[in-house]
Amino acid sequence: MSDCCATETIDIQVEPRVPGKIRTVALVGPPNSGKSTLFNRLTGLRQKVANYPGVTVEQHFGKLSGIGRSDLTLIDLPGIYSLDTYSEDARVAVNVLHGDMPGTPAPDAVLLVLDSLHLRRQLTLAAPVLSLGLPTLVLLNMSDLMETRGGEVDTLALARELGVPVAKISATRGTGLDAISHFLDRKSETYQPSPQSKLELPVVGNARSYRQWATGISTRTKYKAPFSSEWTRKLDRVLLHRILGPLLFLAVVISVFQVVFSIGQPLSNVFGDLLNSAGDKIGSFLGHGWFESLLIDGIWKGVASVLVFLPQILLLFLFIGVLEDSGYLARAALIADRVMRSIGLNGKAFIPLLSAYACAVPAIMATRTIENKRDRFATILVAPFMTCSARLPIYLLMIAAFVPNKPVIGDFFGLRAAVMLSLYLMGFLAALGTARLLKSSILKAASAPFILELPQYRLPTLRSLGLRVVDRGKVFLKQAGTIILCVTVVLWILSHVPFHATLPESLIGRIGQWIEPVIHPLGFNWKIGIGLLSSIIAREVIVGTLGTLYGADPATQSLSLQAALRHDLTLGGAMALVVFFAFAMQCTSTLAIVRRETNSWKWPALQFAYMSVLAYTAALAVNQIITHLF
Amino acid sequence: MSALSELGIGKMAIVERLDLPEEVGHHLMHMGFVPDARVVVIRRAPAGDPTVYAIDGFEIALRKETAQSIRVRIVQERL
Repeated sequence: MSDCCATETIDIQVEPRVPGKIRTVALVGPPNSGKSTLFNRLTGLRQKVANYPGVTVEQHFGKLSGIGRSDLTLIDLPGIYSLDTYSEDARVAVNVLHGDMPGTPAPDAVLLVLDSLHLRRQLTLAAPVLSLGLPTLVLLNMSDLMETRGGEVDTLALARELGVPVAKISATRGTGLDAISHFLDRKSETYQPSPQSKLELPVVGNARSYRQWATGISTRTKYKAPFSSEWTRKLDRVLLHRILGPLLFLAVVISVFQVVFSIGQPLSNVFGDLLNSAGDKIGSFLGHGWFESLLIDGIWKGVASVLVFLPQILLLFLFIGVLEDSGYLARAALIADRVMRSIGLNGKAFIPLLSAYACAVPAIMATRTIENKRDRFATILVAPFMTCSARLPIYLLMIAAFVPNKPVIGDFFGLRAAVMLSLYLMGFLAALGTARLLKSSILKAASAPFILELPQYRLPTLRSLGLRVVDRGKVFLKQAGTIILCVTVVLWILSHVPFHATLPESLIGRIGQWIEPVIHPLGFNWKIGIGLLSSIIAREVIVGTLGTLYGADPATQSLSLQAALRHDLTLGGAMALVVFFAFAMQCTSTLAIVRRETNSWKWPALQFAYMSVLAYTAALAVNQIITHLF
Repeated sequence: MSALSELGIGKMAIVERLDLPEEVGHHLMHMGFVPDARVVVIRRAPAGDPTVYAIDGFEIALRKETAQSIRVRIVQERL
């Protein structure tokens, strides 16, 4: 907590509007006021922090353990400009504040976070929030930056004007936070009735009177706005340049893929070797027998074949984190608006689509910032086409096994990265085409206005990036430790029943051969078929399945998974498989979230059917073309 | 009075009124586009549209069709 900066807290006794003990505290503030960073500080919990207006669309809970009050619950609300319910996320915030949100306790106190660099405008939110009548502490965030840039504000006078305590803090540096403990300690005690301070609030809901009120207060509290940082304008001159802007955007995307390969691949290889030798060591301790076979050939090989992709997935998340936290993503939306407009969506839909490169689930939740319902549904329906990180394992595996690493553009950009990039492009184009189709048919609507705030550029903090990567790593490991583990055990059992049967004669072999005629035209064998079936749960499961199946087959047991696949599949079949994965909807979590967000089974069902048909047709075409060409 | 969309880069103007549907108008007003607010045209997106405006120390991008409905009074030319 605070160790370098003195905190000024001014506590003016206000009459308690809500008697009794404080249990739940709501964190309220405009977009980009640093609310999420503060939430992380106060709770020690991980949560998405992004320098993009309105990215916190979910409500997040956490215990206030960061300031030693784990008896209190903190709710992080979406960033809002007012208590008008313009978009879905603003509606969430207002409902929680009014205690109308099912499953969420009504807050007993409010922490109102305002960006002190733009206090004059941010104060307009104070009027509706104060009129809620809850005990409130106003936190002037980024006060360190404001002061170094020559800004000033009389917090004592501000507290007097607002009738509530005011404190200067810095969420990034963690200074001034003891003011929050003081506030909560005092409010938790029994209230002493005191003369109510005179507080004149403007007419509720009128933007103009809010503004006049805020301007009046900032003048009376001698608010001096800091010099604006020239950095943002200077950077935008290059990053939003007519020609350089789009080129730099492409360069950023390409280099992310190249780094995922050139740094991530060797890391994954080392990690994979470690896992395999560990498996062999354990196996040699156990001796031969069914238990060793289940543990090593079944579970270990299955789980390890997915785990090896951890370094590459974390690298990808690190990059997306840097893009989001720095504020570049909002610029990407601005650059993309023209393209998005041609398919009937606006640039705002581009942000969820970009984050769908990591995972479609948070991306679909992020669509709540899109104000128009039809636009929002179209974005939800096309988001799973974006190449999420769960597709990486099968892409990386098939590319490493079948594509030679020849240079394409000098040594920097290789054939493997090129194939990878084209898979990403394929998903993106499928998303655009489908969106256009939807917007010109079942989701036809007049275009909604595009209103986007461009935040100042910020240097992403190591803390926030670290939390993001660790969080993602945990999700991935949990998946590997639960779903993939279960699937591999079931597969091992099915492949060893009846006892002493060879793999093709086992139960799994029979199921596989039964579906083989359907997938044979795509160049897939029955093992791939089992992989497709098991990966309906989640895409990355296929790699674990193949690891287990090839591990159970005596013919390929001693080979690496890559060598076993080369031995068993044609180039056409291999490429058809990655194309199938580019388009198919194999993710139960995504289907569940689409159901939740659209409030109907109709949309996920339509999505699943459409994507499956597209995947089958595309894979068929790829296999036929490659087989006839080579 | 002219439309905000007609202003060139670097021009400054005072917002007069918003001829927009109530919901959109309110949202823009809460973002700073209230009568008497000063607005400066900062830059256009690489494709020429949307345009970035500075208002109340914030930068907000609007499409041409939205800016067309914001009536402004031009006050001065910037260098």
